[in-house]
Amino acid sequence: MAGPGTEGRKSVKRPPSPVLSLIWSVTFLLTLTLSLIVSLAQAQAQTQAQAQTQVQAEPLVQTQNLIEAQPQAQNQDLTSAQASKDADRPEGTPSAPPGIVNTSPCPPLRGTGDLGIIVERATGSLLLIETSGNSVLARIEGLGDLSHASAVFSRDGRYAYVFGRDGGLTQVDLLEARVVNRVIQSGNAIGGAISQNGRLIAVANYEPGGVRVFDAATLEQLADIPALYAPDKPASKAVGLVDAPGQRFVFSLWDGGEIWVADLSDPAKPQVSRFKDIGKQPYDDLITPDGRYYLAGLFGEDGLALLDLWHPERGVKRVLPGYGRGEQPLPVYKMPHLEGWAVAGRRVFVPAIGRHEVLVIDLDTWTEVGRIPVAGQPIFVMARPDGRQIWVNFALPDNDRVQVIDAERLAIVQELRPGKAVLHMEFEPRGEEVWLSVRDEDRVEVYDTQTFARVASLPASKPSGIFLTDRAHRTGL
Amino acid sequence: MYRMLNGLLGWMVGAVVVFALFSAASLAALTALAAVPPERGETPPAIAPDRAVALRHLLIQDCGSCHGLTLGGGLGPPLHRQSLADKPVPYLAAVILHGRPGTAMPPWSAFLTATEGEWLALELKGENP
Repeated sequence: MAGPGTEGRKSVKRPPSPVLSLIWSVTFLLTLTLSLIVSLAQAQAQTQAQAQTQVQAEPLVQTQNLIEAQPQAQNQDLTSAQASKDADRPEGTPSAPPGIVNTSPCPPLRGTGDLGIIVERATGSLLLIETSGNSVLARIEGLGDLSHASAVFSRDGRYAYVFGRDGGLTQVDLLEARVVNRVIQSGNAIGGAISQNGRLIAVANYEPGGVRVFDAATLEQLADIPALYAPDKPASKAVGLVDAPGQRFVFSLWDGGEIWVADLSDPAKPQVSRFKDIGKQPYDDLITPDGRYYLAGLFGEDGLALLDLWHPERGVKRVLPGYGRGEQPLPVYKMPHLEGWAVAGRRVFVPAIGRHEVLVIDLDTWTEVGRIPVAGQPIFVMARPDGRQIWVNFALPDNDRVQVIDAERLAIVQELRPGKAVLHMEFEPRGEEVWLSVRDEDRVEVYDTQTFARVASLPASKPSGIFLTDRAHRTGL
Repeated sequence: MYRMLNGLLGWMVGAVVVFALFSAASLAALTALAAVPPERGETPPAIAPDRAVALRHLLIQDCGSCHGLTLGGGLGPPLHRQSLADKPVPYLAAVILHGRPGTAMPPWSAFLTATEGEWLALELKGENP
């Protein structure tokens, strides 16, 4: 949390001399001038921004109050610290790197590595958050129907691409806390992915069923891949869309029971490989963090379907067939999710369907190594980034709790009751804290993953998905 | 084809349930006729106001998980009034309470009484007061 300027520098004791006094006076004046310039620049930027954006006037003003208040102070500390460093510096040494002192009419410099968004699904808005101090920076409105919304990030971590239920694809500038571009690309969408090179955005659609690919810079449509799997049937709903190395996108066909691999090396001519009869009703999928294995969860039968993207010629093979052991499945009141965070070390942790269990699969042999009885139907089964803990939330009626599994002992070590309707969890980049959205309490809670103590509680309107910018650099997220 | 079969199956199950409900309802009506004055007629199911709030919340937030928060559809079909125009209330109530085998629609009877299922069906059709 400590800014770079607060590290301090021990002053070297010297006898007072007129030269030193002169240097200090100059430093003082310099600091004063720079502060004045910074304040003026900010005031100007604010006026300009207000004049430019009428639609986003409100969130923007809020943002500037929120984002700039702190960095402004930090920046000025930094400025003075830098000035005094310069004063200590022997002559001829190169001075401070450019860009530290802000003299342009731009907002103060800020990275995006600790930023993220929280979907407020009922109101079509996002909360812009930062995880260094765990605070809300701004609310961004006007994103349409955000039921089941998800997001990916540009590789520079500046833009979020938000996929809404209503087919809306919205590009959000995190630094300016505003919508910069938005298209309605279909009638009904379920999620999306960003290509390996960051230039393509793909969206999985229910209506019309299939995947559409867009230019990440302009949101112009570049390719349309309707999921037509049989001549006499309508296009299938597309699910489990992920990015894979080699400018590929992989997805599954809920109605068609197929896995499709689309190579978008030439976006004008997508090359699609189809894998048929992979199982009934693939509901969601994951790609391992190395981009090698694509695993589809099946809703219509007990088992998962595995495709080795290094060896697509070997075809799709069934993993854990008949894990339900012929028992009648329990009702599933919410569709579970699979994503790359299910992998911890050499093990994959996935929700069972219609069973109150987490299944543990060996990543090398793709066989079951265990199953852990849990409180209800698992929805998200997520490994902490270090792979030591697995956090699980649940469908109705057990959606008021979260269980934590020790990944080594395969046993539950903690149960939390954050409140009614825990919809999503997101670990901070190195996993020391986790954010939970608690829909019916209208709150987002932050927990310490070591002590399980709640460290922050922030108001949010019917929060659902939480997405942090470190996803920008992770395959499959 | 699968979808058609599925729809057909759903309708058949629905029809059977409708029939059962109808017979039960007729029987109930006959016995009720003897006891209560005839002017009472068709009254919507009695749901306490706070329960109605909870049921509307369930409809938007939990049914909305699959059918969309605006009920415009998702993995499940759209539930707008116009999309349900040809679906009778008892059929909808039966689907809500008992689910549709072979699809992702689960039975909600663990959370709802028969009266509440019917109330939700009326809510979808816009027929609650």
